[in-house]
Amino acid sequence: MKLNGSEILVQVLLENEVNTIFGYPGGAVLNIYDALYKNQDKITHIITAHEQGASHAADGYSRATGKTGVVLATSGPGATNLVTGIATAYMDSVPMVAITGNVGTSLIGRDSFQEVYITGITMPITKHNFVVRDIKDLADILRKAFKIAISGRPGPVLVDIPKDITAAVTEYEPQPKQTAVKYNFDAVKNLEEVADVINNAKKPVIFFGGGVKNSGAGELISKIVKKANIPATHTMMAAGVLRYDMPENLGLLGMHGSAVANMTVNDADVVLTVASRFSDRVALAPDKFAKRATMIHIDIDLSEIDKNVKSDYHLIGDAEDILSKLEVLIKENRHDEWFEKINSFRRDIPYSTGDGKLHPKQVMDIISELAGEDGLYVTDVGQHQMWAAQYLHHVKAENFLTSGGLGTMGYGYGAAIGAQIGTGRSHVFHITGDGSFHMNMNEACTAVSYNLPVISICLNNRALGMVRQWQTVFYGKRYASSEPDRVTDYVKVAEGFGAKGYTCSTPEEFRAALADAMKSGGPAWIECKIDREEKVLPMIPGGGTVDDIMYE
Amino acid sequence: MNMKKTYLSFLVDNHHGVLTRLSSLFDQRGFNIDSLTVSTTNDESLSRITIATTGDEGEIRQIVNQTRKLEEYEGVFEINPYDSLIRELLLVKVASDKENRSSLLELATIYKAKIIDISEGSIVFEVTGKPAKIDSYINHLKDYCILEMCRTGATALQRGEVRMEK
Repeated sequence: MKLNGSEILVQVLLENEVNTIFGYPGGAVLNIYDALYKNQDKITHIITAHEQGASHAADGYSRATGKTGVVLATSGPGATNLVTGIATAYMDSVPMVAITGNVGTSLIGRDSFQEVYITGITMPITKHNFVVRDIKDLADILRKAFKIAISGRPGPVLVDIPKDITAAVTEYEPQPKQTAVKYNFDAVKNLEEVADVINNAKKPVIFFGGGVKNSGAGELISKIVKKANIPATHTMMAAGVLRYDMPENLGLLGMHGSAVANMTVNDADVVLTVASRFSDRVALAPDKFAKRATMIHIDIDLSEIDKNVKSDYHLIGDAEDILSKLEVLIKENRHDEWFEKINSFRRDIPYSTGDGKLHPKQVMDIISELAGEDGLYVTDVGQHQMWAAQYLHHVKAENFLTSGGLGTMGYGYGAAIGAQIGTGRSHVFHITGDGSFHMNMNEACTAVSYNLPVISICLNNRALGMVRQWQTVFYGKRYASSEPDRVTDYVKVAEGFGAKGYTCSTPEEFRAALADAMKSGGPAWIECKIDREEKVLPMIPGGGTVDDIMYE
Repeated sequence: MNMKKTYLSFLVDNHHGVLTRLSSLFDQRGFNIDSLTVSTTNDESLSRITIATTGDEGEIRQIVNQTRKLEEYEGVFEINPYDSLIRELLLVKVASDKENRSSLLELATIYKAKIIDISEGSIVFEVTGKPAKIDSYINHLKDYCILEMCRTGATALQRGEVRMEK
């Protein structure tokens, strides 16, 4: 059947079971939007306030559902506005297909209106990108984009389509949905050696990262932890893979990780690392990371082996595939002495409560309590993000969405919108701070237009809290640009957008506001006034070790 | 750290932008390119890129593993300098008059340099060989007046049966 480029794009989206995309129209993509209009019964297009919001929405949609997120933008500024969202997805290995329009082929290279070399710009932040130069290649390029996005280590792929290609006509033949290229792990001998090392360990620990979520290996981690009685710790990207209240779960590792997790890894004789890349927020001093331990590293990406932290054994492949084979070889075991020692590493951080004021941990406790076990949380970046990672009652891996690698302030609102649309949850909790929220609060209009039950909980300390915390500790309290003098009235602004607004300064007020917002079933903002001096603790400064843990 | 000069030979799809992708990756990951040559091969769908770079063993392994992730990557080969043919081409224009001409020609004979142009006041020599030979020739020419020179990066093949394939 003969179709034009825009219709072919729609058909390939449908081939890949895409029923929702996020985007923003413009000159170069008018043909595509016309095709979307004609197919609106099959594909829902969500228009955001800004292309950045759309890119984060596609990311949040993907993280919450496991499907590939799709975002569409016009040429020039439309395309450049996607850049932060694409980079965010790239750093956290989120499968995404970004489609940009471009000026017509004959205008390319002439500095035409709204022309930009987006494939050049996005080369280092995509797994791959394409320019479609011939209508005959369009369908196969789009299919390849879907395949690349989900194969191996997932990530974003960009397809740039000049305007004339969206109108040109060619033969279209349907094809089945793209599936990931599978790599079968067959290094059985290595597996036996690794199992021996684990079985003979006196002080083993499992340390896992976000890849465990991508591969769905959470159950297996839990099984090994129980079977061999091994403690486990995780990166922020893997919060919720193990239940927060599981006794063997030592919680977060790294800069703002728990003392017990950091001390345990430091003291361990074997560290089994699963699908983590030892970022500088986890292995703050890579040469001193778990320096007493035999290191085993499982990852799907060969280039992660020995990149930041050297390993003694490595197994390359899908975490679920490898762990399922490894689990069989791991013997039932007890490590009572080791756990006794680990318990001596535990150190409580004193939290202020009962003074009538609202404190970050209380906010997280109340959210966890009202949200229940099915709460879907999306954060922005900063102190609130760390508190959310530390204190929310994480029970499911897909329920905590956060920009871990890139640390994108302004990620949360768009991502929460995408996550809500993808899951249809009756509430999505967007946890933010006054700094991050001011970056992309304009997405309130999207939440209102589509009447999405996204509840934005803004921890307002009238400061860029994380920056300020560093200035307090390392810069002699010289608060350069971290205390912007903002007088934003969150209730009025929320109402101005058509959302509900609440402000609160006590735990009781917050509990009532959150309960009311949840009952109302639409978008809401809740401002939580907290003190500027609240810190994220414990903290290990960049480049530091367990000897440098700060508790106050 | 044991830094060593390494010659890497990449087979890549002969596509738009593939050279940019590969060289940009070196830059992104903080690796220096000492020299680079690129050409198509007997298989028209493939290009061969030879990159000379410097790093310790771990660093070289890291950049190789990063390049393997490129969609257009088809193969990589670390050229073993003891068992390979590594060649560069040099064109050099040297100021010449009656006095120095014969000594320049003598030097050219030693290095098997070809004379490809003699003009009023200058001679252009062409020489191919291992990078060390080219270095040495240039070093000797420093006794004269080099007006202009241009040198390709290394291009390399493994001796014997070894053949780089997809």
